[in-house]
Amino acid sequence: MSPHTDILKTLNATESPRDIEISFAGVSKAWGDNHVLRGLDFEVRAGEKVSIIGPSGSGKTTILRILMTLETPDVGLVTVGGDVLWDAKPGVKNKETKQTRITRRKVGMVFQQFNLFPHMTVLENVVEAPIHVLGISKEDANARAIDLLELVGLKDHMKHTPPELSGGQQQRVAIARALAMRPRVMLFDEPTSALDPELIGEVLNVIRQLATTTDMTMLLVTHEMRFAQEFSDRVVMFDKGVVVEQGPPEQIFKHPEHERTQRFLKAVTAY
Amino acid sequence: MSIWDTNFAISIIPILLQGFWLTLQITFISFLISLVVGLLVSIIRFMKIPVVSLIFSFLVQFVRGTPLLVQAYIAFYVFPKFGVTFDAVPTGIVVLGLNYSAYTAEVYRAGIEQLHVGQWEAARALSLPPLRTWIRIVVPQAVRPIIPVLGNYLIMMFKDSAILSSITIIELLGSALQVGSSYYRYLEPITIAGILYLVVSFPCSLLIRKLEHRFVPAH
Repeated sequence: MSPHTDILKTLNATESPRDIEISFAGVSKAWGDNHVLRGLDFEVRAGEKVSIIGPSGSGKTTILRILMTLETPDVGLVTVGGDVLWDAKPGVKNKETKQTRITRRKVGMVFQQFNLFPHMTVLENVVEAPIHVLGISKEDANARAIDLLELVGLKDHMKHTPPELSGGQQQRVAIARALAMRPRVMLFDEPTSALDPELIGEVLNVIRQLATTTDMTMLLVTHEMRFAQEFSDRVVMFDKGVVVEQGPPEQIFKHPEHERTQRFLKAVTAY
Repeated sequence: MSIWDTNFAISIIPILLQGFWLTLQITFISFLISLVVGLLVSIIRFMKIPVVSLIFSFLVQFVRGTPLLVQAYIAFYVFPKFGVTFDAVPTGIVVLGLNYSAYTAEVYRAGIEQLHVGQWEAARALSLPPLRTWIRIVVPQAVRPIIPVLGNYLIMMFKDSAILSSITIIELLGSALQVGSSYYRYLEPITIAGILYLVVSFPCSLLIRKLEHRFVPAH
């Protein structure tokens, strides 16, 4: 048994695992002539762990950024946990609504560049939003933050500031910060791409533990193919704004059917 | 009669120190005004609220495009014609403070714009409300690298406050001019006033150079 059972339990959503947690219906996004998403239909079941792979500029990060409301779709319906996140109509400038802001709280995100607040301590980074967004008391927020920092192995560093930490440590703090908001959906946007090779393992270990012991829904955009294989229930191959191919990791990595997937996997594993 | 009269110089020091004290007070309050108003102006312009931002842009251009002396004259000699009358000192403080707000607003803007976009995205991902994002995330990080520049503006305001002598304020230069015209001796009061300005501004500029090394990142 993991020593962190208690804190991990608090991260569990209560929904039935068969429910649809994330849904994209006819979602398009373009910058000028650059169409990053073309009428995307995409669903993720509650508790499912999905890896999104594909070449740069294929639109895979845009999926996460739309879910985190960092981008607005041009058209299409996006729901999280059955609630509308985006209902974008064609031909008008779509803006976030109150409903968008409410639904957004179900989602947490870990960024490629960590994006910790460098002027605040590790502990302050983790408790800031629980106190000022969720309205949790300072004592409760601190206690929970310390548990989460222990989970990611950084309890001893809670009084430090992010610039005093290594990249791997910063990313683990960023994971704890996102978890502190009790998201039902966790998004990982190339969480190890900015890290020195010897620091990647410590971050992947934390993500692996979350994936195997909680029923949070997780979306991972990554170039770490081996980790994607062990992490995922499903792998989605993305190119030019559309899903090229998807399925269980064994199928995608061992017997890819689509020529584009074969070419991509050959390119990224050929060294 | 010699060019420099030491006894006369010593005898006028108390009255000049009174003016000096007023100069320090005017500078300090005006600086606080410019810090607060400049920050508000920069935030409003940054948020790009349709009409409001445009109005503020125009005001900033007006203030930067006209001399402080003209602005002080308008506030003190023209406004009363429309029934708006204040004492000279409060008028001077507000004019100097608002004048520099136009400059500090630009400095704040630079500080805000150099903030990494990831900081905004992280705040958004955590659903932090806009006000909290500004107060806790953006402003503390935006202010730090511009502290030396703000310090330089403080020194400039200290010196520019001398312009307010022209709207009857007896601050340091004003008291020196008054002494000069009463005794028909300008060399001693103006020299002492100049030394008093230097005694404050020179150590301050050294201090700011030190702060630059501390607050502005090397890269």
